[in-house]
Amino acid sequence: MPLTGLDLSAIWLTLELATLTTVLLLLIGTPISWWLARTRSRLKGPVGAVVALPLVLPPTVIGFYLLVTMGPNGPIGHVTQSLGLGVLPFTFAGLVVGSVFYSMPFVVQPLQNAFEAIGDRPLEVAATLRASPWDRFFTVVLPLARPGFITATVLGFAHTVGEFGVVLMIGGNIPDKTRTVSVQIFDHVEAMEYAQAHWLAGGMVVFSFFVLLALYSSRRFKPALG
Amino acid sequence: MDAALEPALAQQAGGERAIRARFRVDYAGFTLDVDLTLPGHGVTALFGHSGSGKTTCLRCVAGLERAQHGRLEINGELWQDTASGVFLPTHKRPLGYVFQEASLFPHLSVRRNLEYGMRRAGALEDRQAWEQAMELLGIGHLLERMPDRLSGGERQRVGIARALLTRPRLLLMDEPLAALDLKRKSEILPYLERLHDELDIPVLYVSHSPDEVARLADHVVLLDQGKVVARGPLVDTLARLDLPTAFTEDAGVVIESVVAEHDDGYHLTRLDFPGGNVMVARRPEALGRKLRFRVHARDVSLAVARLEGSTITNLLPVLVTDVADADTPAHVLVRLDAEGTPLLARITRRSADQLRVGVGRRMWAQIKTVALLG
Repeated sequence: MPLTGLDLSAIWLTLELATLTTVLLLLIGTPISWWLARTRSRLKGPVGAVVALPLVLPPTVIGFYLLVTMGPNGPIGHVTQSLGLGVLPFTFAGLVVGSVFYSMPFVVQPLQNAFEAIGDRPLEVAATLRASPWDRFFTVVLPLARPGFITATVLGFAHTVGEFGVVLMIGGNIPDKTRTVSVQIFDHVEAMEYAQAHWLAGGMVVFSFFVLLALYSSRRFKPALG
Repeated sequence: MDAALEPALAQQAGGERAIRARFRVDYAGFTLDVDLTLPGHGVTALFGHSGSGKTTCLRCVAGLERAQHGRLEINGELWQDTASGVFLPTHKRPLGYVFQEASLFPHLSVRRNLEYGMRRAGALEDRQAWEQAMELLGIGHLLERMPDRLSGGERQRVGIARALLTRPRLLLMDEPLAALDLKRKSEILPYLERLHDELDIPVLYVSHSPDEVARLADHVVLLDQGKVVARGPLVDTLARLDLPTAFTEDAGVVIESVVAEHDDGYHLTRLDFPGGNVMVARRPEALGRKLRFRVHARDVSLAVARLEGSTITNLLPVLVTDVADADTPAHVLVRLDAEGTPLLARITRRSADQLRVGVGRRMWAQIKTVALLG
């Protein structure tokens, strides 16, 4: 058996983390993207920049600040403690919070592009056909932005699977709780278990390749508004 | 005014079926400032060059544009009044809007595009309206197609049907033909004419094409640089002389006539109108049918006596009622009265002086060509 029990639990944990993160990101990212796509507010630039920060910052920087703010003396830490949730660092929940921040731009940007591409016209048409704002969003925007949602889901999931720095900083390295595949590979390499590392690392390469292949070949011609 | 009287007056206003619209919109470098009372029935054309504010005006009526100052009353119902803070959002206004490009939802079939508005307007069960729209616009065979499988003209017909099926109390059309080529235009115009004949709701029709306006409108509002420069019944308004120069280069009148006689030997048809008649190439219409035609001012010349031995057969006795400057200093526009039917002639200033064309003078108008509409 090339994979140990610890390897399998790391894989399972990684999938759990990526799924939960992606679901949360779609819920949080959709309104943020919609706002960014439609607003004329001066805050558009700053908010867009903050969302995009994880693209350029080293994961250690994000991990560090999350650690500080979620720690016993940080503002988020105070809130979670007063709610009786304890502190988030070195827990699975903390890992989810960190991943949401870290993968945010990979969900928000495709959605924002998709929303912007729809433009005003279909919404105006729907309004003249008596559709209320919510109705317009669900019956016009969501179907027309479907390619954007597919891209956002795939990228958000894949990017969370592939994170390492943030996980190590705020998750520590606790088997079954915060030890994801990328950390497990790191451990194997540290312990000179190259064969074990190969199985996981190779698996990641194959996984990532097929995810991206599926994504790029699903991008068919999208008809403009008729 | 006595406050108790106001509802009664509003009722009265509703009874006479009118559209009262007052909008003021300021953009950088452009101001739309209109105050209009339009008939609550028939087709009213908002006519003007691009940038005249006609589309903005239509968008204000639809609530797609929110005028800083505005009041809008449609056949007695208040849709907007900045003074009292009333603003009905677009989706609560019972109107139909036809955009320049048909703007069908690309993810829905023709049938589901049509049902989108019907369902929300509570009109899904109205089979009679459905059948009528299918028949009126000839789209019954397109229902299962997706919008990207339709031609431009078909898309626009579906767009019109989609708007009509919401049972609107006002139909707004923003240059529905502008995005179509000449062939598609002539394919869809007959449908619009049938709408004109069969709809009993008011239609606001934005256009920059004099021919379209002449063919479809009952009333005209001329807009220029965000202001109303003229409005009134089609025939009277187009025959006015005091319009800005921009409109006079294409000046002309529209005449409503009746098909009176077919001359099969010479392949001609005689069209009668109050004040005279014209002969045109043989028309397919049956005797008694109404036909509109347009006479451009540049196609009308004047003579002091009835000219014999000319190839121009259409001669009318006229009375000069007004003379005004035309679009060039070399020309003047002459307004004529052919026993009740107004005509315009664009002649050179030199001819006008030589023939002493002046108000009150009786002359003969020679019509070189007429443009038949429909």
